[in-house]
Amino acid sequence: MIKKIFFQSIFFNFFFSKEVFAAESGGMPQLNPEFWISQIFWLTLTFGILYIVLSKLILPKISANLELRKSQIQDNIEAAEKQRKDSESKLKEYDDIIFKSKLEAKNIFKDSREKVIKDINNKKESLENQINDEIKKAEKEIEVVKKSAPGKINKIAIEASSELVKKLIGAKINNSSISAIVDDLSKKNGDKYYGN
Amino acid sequence: MAANPMTQFEVYRIGPEIKIGTFDISFTNASLFMVISSLAILIIFNLGSKKNSILPNKIQLLAELSYSFVSKMISDTAGSKAKPYFSFIFSLFMFVLFCNMFGMIPYTFTVTSHIIVTFVLASFIFIGVTVIGFIKHGFGYLKLFVPSGVPVILLPLIVVIEIISYLSRPISLSVRLFANMMAGHTMMKVFGGFVISLGIVGGWLPLSFSVALTGLEILVAFLQAYVFAILTCIYLNDALNLHH
Repeated sequence: MIKKIFFQSIFFNFFFSKEVFAAESGGMPQLNPEFWISQIFWLTLTFGILYIVLSKLILPKISANLELRKSQIQDNIEAAEKQRKDSESKLKEYDDIIFKSKLEAKNIFKDSREKVIKDINNKKESLENQINDEIKKAEKEIEVVKKSAPGKINKIAIEASSELVKKLIGAKINNSSISAIVDDLSKKNGDKYYGN
Repeated sequence: MAANPMTQFEVYRIGPEIKIGTFDISFTNASLFMVISSLAILIIFNLGSKKNSILPNKIQLLAELSYSFVSKMISDTAGSKAKPYFSFIFSLFMFVLFCNMFGMIPYTFTVTSHIIVTFVLASFIFIGVTVIGFIKHGFGYLKLFVPSGVPVILLPLIVVIEIISYLSRPISLSVRLFANMMAGHTMMKVFGGFVISLGIVGGWLPLSFSVALTGLEILVAFLQAYVFAILTCIYLNDALNLHH
């Protein structure tokens, strides 16, 4: 029973509300032209102001912000790229330097080795030359001595003979005759004594 | 009174009656919500563009995402030639979206549920697009009504159909938005009325419907704003890049 009343009340509610619709507004308020001019006026005004403010003030700023961010990011990427390239070139430079210095060190080593060898050779040569010179000099001296030796010997022999003669026979003999004899003898036996 | 689902669309005067000549331009609840929507847009986007940080804060992100969203929509549908009209389409999209969304708050007024408002917007777009088309292409713009590759016998019929479809653009554009908003809000109101009339016992079903409808209506509010803007872009595309 209560249920029946409940559903009836719902039904009647609808019935009544439909009655109310018809009585109250008589259709859609949208089609009532009373405020159309007002709506057109206010729409034009508000939308116009909105459009002008957005297009002149706000949208350019947003666009600029976006562009700025884009360019900033682009710049950062470019800077990073540049730094990467820089570091790569630096690394290359470093490698080059290392390579060059290695080569240089090698060259220096080689050069100095050659120099030392050359030096040694030079010194050796000069020493040899010196030695040879000395030898030659000595040989020359010997030669000179050798050459002068018979004369001296002859002289000594002459003096000694003249002294001996003087002592033995007490007579003074002419030197020239003695020297002739000594010369003669020395020429005869020169080969035997001096090997000339 | 509360049971009538159409009372929510009623326009009433707020404050005194203002008249210019014979025209009544009084400030109404519709005007109020137009002003609120515009102000909300201006405040949000002003805050969003105020300072530029590399990592945007939430409101800046919102503004910039909306900007790129509309920008992408325009370049996808109308190409790069539509760049000068970006501000207008952006304002239009935001205005319709905010009006729709403010209408979703209970006890508010939905500006876009009035045919006169949507019709004024649509006619403005229609007239603007037609003027742009004639400026860009002269009388060549009339080639829009003569599609290429149509048999000669069918041509008179096609031309008539094209002209009718072109002329009905402002009507279809305005009625689409108005009808969607009105139908949605009426339906929500009706289900809300069911909750009251069915009471504590039977009211849960329409209440759950009402909740679901709220979600749907928020989707519709966004979607209709998007459709409105994208159709504007398509019309603009016709005027800027004559394909026929």
